[in-house]
This record gives sequence, C-alpha cells and structure tokens, in this order.
Amino acid sequence: MIFTTRQTTLPTKTARPSLLSRRMLLVAGALACFAGGLAGPVTARAAEQKTLLNVSYDPTRELYQKLNAAFIPTYKDAELKINQSHGGSGKQARSVIDGLDADVVTLALAYDIDAIADTGLLAKDWQTRLPQNSSPYTSTIVFLVRKGNPAAIKDWPDLIKPGVQVITPNPKTSGGARWNHLAAYAYALQANGNDAAKAEDYLSKLYANVPVLDTGARGATNTFAQRGIGDVLLAWENEAILSLKEFGDAFEIVVPSISILAEPPVAVVDKVADRKGTRAAAEAYLKFLYTPEAQEIIAQNHYRPRDPAVAAKYAKNFPEVKLVTIDGAFGGWRKAQETHFADGGIFDRVSVKK
Amino acid sequence: MSKRSLRDHSATRLSLVALTVVIVLLFLLLPLAQVLQQAFAKGPAVFWHSLQGEDPLAAIRLTLLVAAISVPLNLVFGLAASWAITKFDFPGKSLLVSLIDLPFSVSPVISGLIYVLLFGAHGFLGPWLIEHNLKIIFAVPGIVLATVFVTFPFVARELIPLMEEQGREEEEAALVLGASGWRTFWSVTLPNVKWALLYGVLLCNARAMGEFGAVSVVSGHVRGLTNTMPLHVEILYNEYDFVGAFAVASVLALLALVTLGIKSAVEWWHRDELAATRRH
Repeated sequence: MIFTTRQTTLPTKTARPSLLSRRMLLVAGALACFAGGLAGPVTARAAEQKTLLNVSYDPTRELYQKLNAAFIPTYKDAELKINQSHGGSGKQARSVIDGLDADVVTLALAYDIDAIADTGLLAKDWQTRLPQNSSPYTSTIVFLVRKGNPAAIKDWPDLIKPGVQVITPNPKTSGGARWNHLAAYAYALQANGNDAAKAEDYLSKLYANVPVLDTGARGATNTFAQRGIGDVLLAWENEAILSLKEFGDAFEIVVPSISILAEPPVAVVDKVADRKGTRAAAEAYLKFLYTPEAQEIIAQNHYRPRDPAVAAKYAKNFPEVKLVTIDGAFGGWRKAQETHFADGGIFDRVSVKK
Repeated sequence: MSKRSLRDHSATRLSLVALTVVIVLLFLLLPLAQVLQQAFAKGPAVFWHSLQGEDPLAAIRLTLLVAAISVPLNLVFGLAASWAITKFDFPGKSLLVSLIDLPFSVSPVISGLIYVLLFGAHGFLGPWLIEHNLKIIFAVPGIVLATVFVTFPFVARELIPLMEEQGREEEEAALVLGASGWRTFWSVTLPNVKWALLYGVLLCNARAMGEFGAVSVVSGHVRGLTNTMPLHVEILYNEYDFVGAFAVASVLALLALVTLGIKSAVEWWHRDELAATRRH
C-alpha cells in the first residue's frame, strides 16, 4: 500500500524535471569552462613562438613597451612575444624567487638580483656578464616640488625643516626608495665630515617628515601628484621628468647639490631561460639594450644613456650633478643592503625614532 | 489622538526614506557616476578605444574565466557544506562551521600568501611542481584557487541560516516515504533553498570578479596573461592612463549591474512563486 502511494505521489513531486536539467546544464557549463581554461595554455605553448617574460620595476613600463616594440622586429630566430610585469623592485625579486617565470629581470638595483642569485636561479657573477655593471642605462635621484616651489626646497637640508612633508616610498619594498635613502645618507655624511651618527640623525629627521611610505616608486609619485600629499617627492630623475610631461607645469624639478649614480641592472635568469629554452632570445634582448637604437629610446624615456654619442646628443636633458657611486661610497650593494635595509639596520632605526 | 500618531508615523517614515535615498545617492550613485564621468572624460571614442587593446580584453576574459570556474565550484561546495551542517549531526560540526568563516576573517593578502607558501618555488609543493612543469602560482590556476578561497563562504553563509530555520521535517518525511538521498535533495531540499542559493551565487560572483588583494599576491602581474580586471585598473591608473583605468572600472561595474539585472529578472519571472514562499 505504501509502495503504491509512493508510486503515485512521486511523479507529481518531481513535476520539475526542468530544474534538474537546468542544474545539470550549469554543472556541464562549469566543466566546459574548466576544460577550456586548461586547454588555453596548452595550445599557446604548442605554437612555434617564443615568449619572454621581463620582470621589471615600477617606472620602466613605458620604457620597455617601446624597447620591446623596437627589439621584436630585429630578432629573426623566432617569433617573439615579450610579456612585462612591473612592481616595486624588491617585491618583484620576491616573486621571481617564489617562482614567477622571468626569463630576464631588469630591476632597480643590483641587490635585488643578488637576492635572486642567492637562491641559485642565476650565476652569482651575473653582474660581470654584460658591460658597465650590467646596467645599460643609469639615472639619479632628484626632487620634484610643486609649481613655484612654495616650500622653498633647494637642497637636502631643506627636507628636514619642521613642517616639510617629504614623499618617498618604502625602502624595504622599493628600489627607488633605497637609492633615495642612500643619496640622502651620502649628502649627510659629506655635510657632517663623515660622522655616521650625525648622518643617521639627519635620516631620522628626514623620515619623521614622511607622512606615508608607498610600496613602489609609481605609488609614491601618484601620492604626490594625484592625491596632492607632500611638499617634495624624492624621485628617480626619469620618473620626475615623466611627471612633468604627464601633469603639465604643475611641478618643478630641483636638482640637489649631490646625488647618487643609480645603476638599474639587467640579467638573464639562467635556470628559467634554460628550462623554457629561451636563453638565446633572452641574451639577444639584453644585448640589444646597449645598441645605439635602444640607447636613443632610453634617452627619450628620460633615462641616462651609456652610449657616449647618444649621451652627448641628449646632454641638455640631463643636468650635471655631483654623483657618488654605490661601490665608492657604500662598498657595494650587499654591504649597503646589510647596513641600511636589513632587519635592525639603519632604516629600521631611523624610521622608528620619531 | 490616533490622527496625530498617524502623522508622526508618516513623518518618521518620510525622514527615514529621505535619509536612505541621500545615503544611496551619496555613497553608491555618486561614485558610480564619477567612474563613468572619468571614463568618458575624453569622449566615447577614447573610452571605446581604451577597451580595444589586447591587455584590457585579456583582463576581461581572465576575470570572466575565473568567475566562471570559481562560482560553480563554490556553488557545489557551499551547497554540500550547508546541507551537511544543517541536515546531519556529526562530530566536528562546529569546527567545520568556523572553518567556513575563515576566509571572511583572514585578510585577503594572507589568503594569497598561503598559496605562495604552498605552491611557490620554495614552498611546500614548489620543487615537485617545477619538476613536473606545472604552474599554479603566478598563473591562472593560482588566481582561481585564491578566488575560490576568498569567495568560499558566500553560498554557505546564505544557505545555512535558512536551512537551519527550515529544519529537517520535510527531508525526514521524504525519506520515510522511501525517497533516496539524492531524490530528497533534488526534490525537497534544493527547491526550498533555491532563492537563497541564487543570492549566494550572485554575492559570490560579485566578489570573484572584484577580488583584488589575494589575486594581487598570486598574480605576478604579467600584463595580458595574469592581470584580472581589478589589477588592470590599478596598472592603468599607475600609468597615468585615467580614461583607460576608469573605462575598465566601468566595465567591471557594468558586469556587477548585469548580474543584479539577471537577479531582478529571475525574481520578476518567478514573482508568484516568490510571493507564496514569503507568505509561507
């Protein structure tokens, strides 16, 4: 009896076969999407085409877009595609260490590539493999101030005046910020007769005037230019010139009395390039950066070119500044990193003391 | 006297409605209008052009793909979890409930870092993955995993209170009448919760498309490959391409509006049924 009841009630209860089949469709759709997602990369890999990934730091987006467009037609051995990834230099190095498949790294400073080399992804002597410390272009650190320079900032001592707001990114994550920090320290050493304690005191007064530490150079530029925070931005020269172009004449560049020669280096990541079979293309790509054609693009994008002829042609764009070098003034990046930016280093001490 | 209280009542109601309208205008419509205004600041041609490039299209495709994978997965997970929690008793149930809430309480950045620690080159499974040439982190699978993790609670959190309130009587009746577990689920449980399920899926979808923090950690930011729409908006903004940034942002907002539209349409379509369940 119960059985017959069930037999008669069930058809009415399941009077919604459409619902069931709709759910089935949904599930099938999801599976199809998933399969599509899996198939995508496979087909991309099957095509006879080489893909390079250039993992770079923040302000080089525009530069490498143009350099890539110039390099790709000159490379004949394979059909080339160059992908770009940008972010704070230290963060980018961390991503490569964690497995971001960079064929080449073009970072803000040598230490970040050293950190990658320490994990065995590329040879420790990477910086000797290309000319001029593997840095096809250089830059320096300048001040960007608001139109008319209302805070009257002329040189490093003006940055520690009470009430002046200084914008610089966080040296723990940003390469540009580390150059800023070292340039300031180089000035303070020189001004105080190489008294390290007084130089440190200068830095703590400087960081006391910093309202916000962004993670990357571009973030700091946006804080200063877009959000209108701060009286002066410590910036890459290239970034400062770019801001002038982007925002018209809302800003002015102030060149300090002394600054630092910033050498952003480039390197092939051996293990990744060998695994992906892209070594030849990656090496050709980096060598291309030293050609006159590339050096022109570099100068046009406000980086200081290495090629003497190109440098002479664009000399009026790059004012002469007294520059200290990382090797001369700080004993190389490993030493500078350890004394200034490691845990418990000078940056930690001066940024806590407020 | 009753007249006065009625007037008081309507005055209160009026001011409450006015307040709500003002808040909605100020905090929802104004920013949305601002996004659209910025997107069209240089005219519709520039707006259209800035969506045409390879990178914005890739970002839109990736965002839709990630949502299309993670939302159905979370639909199944969420439904299964809330069914198990509300219809059965088992040891460790309260632990499971708190685990479901974990993604809500953990910062999205940490959720991303979990996957870096697990699948990164120096993570727990990293060396094995490299050996077998499998890519999870800094590729689409990692982005999907991070999104699934972050959006996990939405469906379950919508369903659990409702299913708890509905109790187990109807299921028990179905079982007593001889229906199988599957039959009970499809014919009794699912129809009872389908509206809550729809809301859960919509919330889940909105978050899946909009997630920034966790995805940012595992993305690697390779343009054209691993940038979702929210990441691409940030990149364009940082490149001083404000029209482009707000154009992509407005497409993202549009996608959210489309899901809301679908929801309203479904509700309208089934309005009689909905009214019946609400009365009940």
